[in-house]
Amino acid sequence: MSGETLLKVQGVETYYGNIRALGGVDVEVKKGEIVSLIGANGAGKSTLMMTICGAPQARSGSIIFDGTDITRMPTHLIARMRIAQSPEGRRIFGRMTVLENLQMGAGLDNMKYFHEDVERIFTMFPRLKERINQRGGTLSGGEQQMLSIGRALMARPKLLLLDEPSLGLAPLIVKGIFEAIKKLNQEEGLTVFLVEQNAFAALKLSDRAYVMVNGKVTMSGSGRELLANPEVRAAYLEGGHH
Amino acid sequence: MANAISEPGKAPASLLGQAIKEAVFTGLLTFGLFLLYIGFKTDQDISNALIIYGRPGLLAIFVGIAAVGRFLMVLFVHPWAKARKDARAEVPVHDIEKSPSLFHKHFLKIALVALLLYPPVIVSIYGFQGSLKFVDNFGIQILIYVMLAWGLNIVVGLAGLLDLGYVAFYAVGAYSYALLSSHFGLSFWLLLPISGILAAFWGMILGFPVLRLRGDYLAIVTLAFGEIIRLVLINWTDVTQGTFGVSSIPKATLFGIPFDASPGGFAKMFGLPMSSAYYKIFLFYLILALCMVTAYVTIRLRRMPIGRAWEALREDEIACRSLGINTVTTKLTAFSIGAMFGGFAGSFFAARQGFVSPESFVFMESAVILAIVVLGGMGSLTGIAVAAIVMTGGTELLREMEFLKHIFGPDFTPELYRMLIFGLAMVIVMILKPRGFVGSREPSAFLKEKKAVSGSFTKEGHG
Repeated sequence: MSGETLLKVQGVETYYGNIRALGGVDVEVKKGEIVSLIGANGAGKSTLMMTICGAPQARSGSIIFDGTDITRMPTHLIARMRIAQSPEGRRIFGRMTVLENLQMGAGLDNMKYFHEDVERIFTMFPRLKERINQRGGTLSGGEQQMLSIGRALMARPKLLLLDEPSLGLAPLIVKGIFEAIKKLNQEEGLTVFLVEQNAFAALKLSDRAYVMVNGKVTMSGSGRELLANPEVRAAYLEGGHH
Repeated sequence: MANAISEPGKAPASLLGQAIKEAVFTGLLTFGLFLLYIGFKTDQDISNALIIYGRPGLLAIFVGIAAVGRFLMVLFVHPWAKARKDARAEVPVHDIEKSPSLFHKHFLKIALVALLLYPPVIVSIYGFQGSLKFVDNFGIQILIYVMLAWGLNIVVGLAGLLDLGYVAFYAVGAYSYALLSSHFGLSFWLLLPISGILAAFWGMILGFPVLRLRGDYLAIVTLAFGEIIRLVLINWTDVTQGTFGVSSIPKATLFGIPFDASPGGFAKMFGLPMSSAYYKIFLFYLILALCMVTAYVTIRLRRMPIGRAWEALREDEIACRSLGINTVTTKLTAFSIGAMFGGFAGSFFAARQGFVSPESFVFMESAVILAIVVLGGMGSLTGIAVAAIVMTGGTELLREMEFLKHIFGPDFTPELYRMLIFGLAMVIVMILKPRGFVGSREPSAFLKEKKAVSGSFTKEGHG
C-alpha cells in the first residue's frame, strides 16, 4: 500500500481572525491510500480540509501536493492540480439539474471525458441516473451526497477530499456511500482523504487514520490499530456520538 | 356541494343569491367606510371660510367598484380558484407533463414574427403620422427596457450579483455616443460597439472593488457606483454640460443614408413624402435587432463554460472555487458583459432622443430595470420580456387613459399613480408567483435526447 507521498501537510497553522484553529498539524497521505481524520466537533477537521484547498490559507507551515507547494495557491488553482473536494454540507448547485452539476465538475478537462465519466458515475450511483434532469435542491440528503461525490469525481482527481460524507444520512445510505468509496479506491486506485465524525465506519474503511483534538493531531496509526486503541474507543467509539 | 362550485359557467341560484347578498353587504360597508373620507370634502372659499361640499358621484363609484368586485369574486373567482385547486389535487403528479401545444412550442418564433410585422401593420391602420405613438411609445420604449433588463439579467439573473446601479452603464453608453458623435462626428455604427466596450470597461472597474462582496453589501456598493456616475455627469460641466445635458446629438443612419429632409435623405431617395415616422420605424427594427443579439448571446453563453460558471456562482461560490472555477474572472465577465449591453442600449437611447441629461439616469431607472428582472423571473428571457411589456407598456397606457379625467375630475393625471400601481403590481406578482412570471429555470444540459422536466420536479418550495 505505501507508495510515494501524494500530500504532505507540515506544521500547518491556520487562524480565523485571531483564533487559532490549527496548531501545527502534520498529516501525510500516500498514493492509493484511504486516510481518515477523526475527532470531535470543533477539533479543526474541516478547517484542515479547507486549508488544504486554500480557503483559508495556512498562516505558517507548508502543504506539498504531488511535489508542488500549494500552501499559497488560490483555491481554483489547487482544484486544477486535481484535488477534488466534496465539501462539508455538500454544496451542490441547488437550482441546477443533476446533469448540470456533474457538468460543472468536468470543467477542468473542457468536457473531454464528460460522457464517459457520467456513465461511470451513473453506474456507481444508479439513483443519480434516475434523477438526471431533476434539480439538485430537490434531491434527498443521500442523493445530494452522491451527487457531491460524483461531481468531485468528474474532475478525474488524484486526491479526493471528503468532508463528513455521512452527515445527516441514514445508516443504510452511509453504508452504500462508504462501499462506493472503498470500491473507487480498490478498483481505480483513487487516493482518498476523509474527514469523519462517524469514527467507527471511517476507521474500518481506512488504511491509516489521524485523531485530532483542539487543532492538533494527537494520535495516528492504521485504521485497525486505532479501532483497538482504548483511548480512541473511549473518546469516539463508545458512549455519545457515532 | 362539489358540483355546485365546480361549474362556474352556470352558477346555481344559491350561489347567485349569496353573491348578491355579499355584494350588497360590501357596498354598505364601503359606503360606511368612505362616507366621511370621500363623500365630503372641506375647502376654503374666497373669504377663507371653511366650506363643506359633498361628492356623491365619487362615493358612488367607490361603492360600485367594491360591490361589483365582491359580486364577481363570489360568483366567478372563488369557484374558479377552487375548481383549479381541485383539478390540481386530482391530477397525479406525473401527468402534469403534457406535450406543449403548437402555440407554446413555437411561441418565440410567433412573437418574433409579430414584432417584425408590428410597424407595417400599425402604419397600415393609422398611417405614418398616426403610427408614431405606437411605434415609439409602445414599441421602442418597451424594447429598450427589454434590452436593459436582459442585460441586467446576466449580472443578476445568471451570476446572482445584485446590481442596483445598472443605469450607470446605460449612462456611460449614452454619453459615449452623445459626446463622441457631437465632438468628433463619428457615426452611430462605429460608436455603438465603442459605447458597449466603454461600458464593459466601466463594468470591470465596478467589478474589481466588489469582488469580495455579496448580497446586501454588493447591492449598496453598486448603488453608490450608479450615483457616482450620475454625479460626475452633473458636475463635470466642461465635458457633459451638467444638468443642461448634451443636445442635438446626430441621428443614426441606415448604411450612411440619413433620415432628414436633405436630397440624400431617406424620404427623398425612395421618393416618399417627408415624415419622421421612417426614423422611428428604423429605430424600432434597430432596437429589435439589438434585443435579439442580447437574447442570442445570453442563450449561447448559458450553454458555454462561462455561462454555466455564472449560474454555479449564483448557487454556491465556495463550491465553484473547489471545482477549479476562477471566481474573479467569472464575476468580472458577468459585470462587463452585462454592462456592455447596457452600453449598447445607452447609445441607442442617445441616438433616439437626440438629447441626454443626467435626469434620465436616476436610481429609479435602475430600480425599474431590476424590478422587471425580478418580476419576470430571474434568468428567464421570456418572463423578463413579458414583465418589461407589462411594466413599461402599463406606464404608457396610463398616459392614454384620458377618460379617467371625466370620472376623477380634470386635475387627475393617471401617470402620477404609476409608482403606486407599479408597487401594487409587484406585491401581487410576488405573492402569487414568488419566482416571477417564469420561475422555472430551463436546464441547459441534456444527455442524448431532450426530456422535459416535469413541473413537479422543478419546484423548490419558496423563493
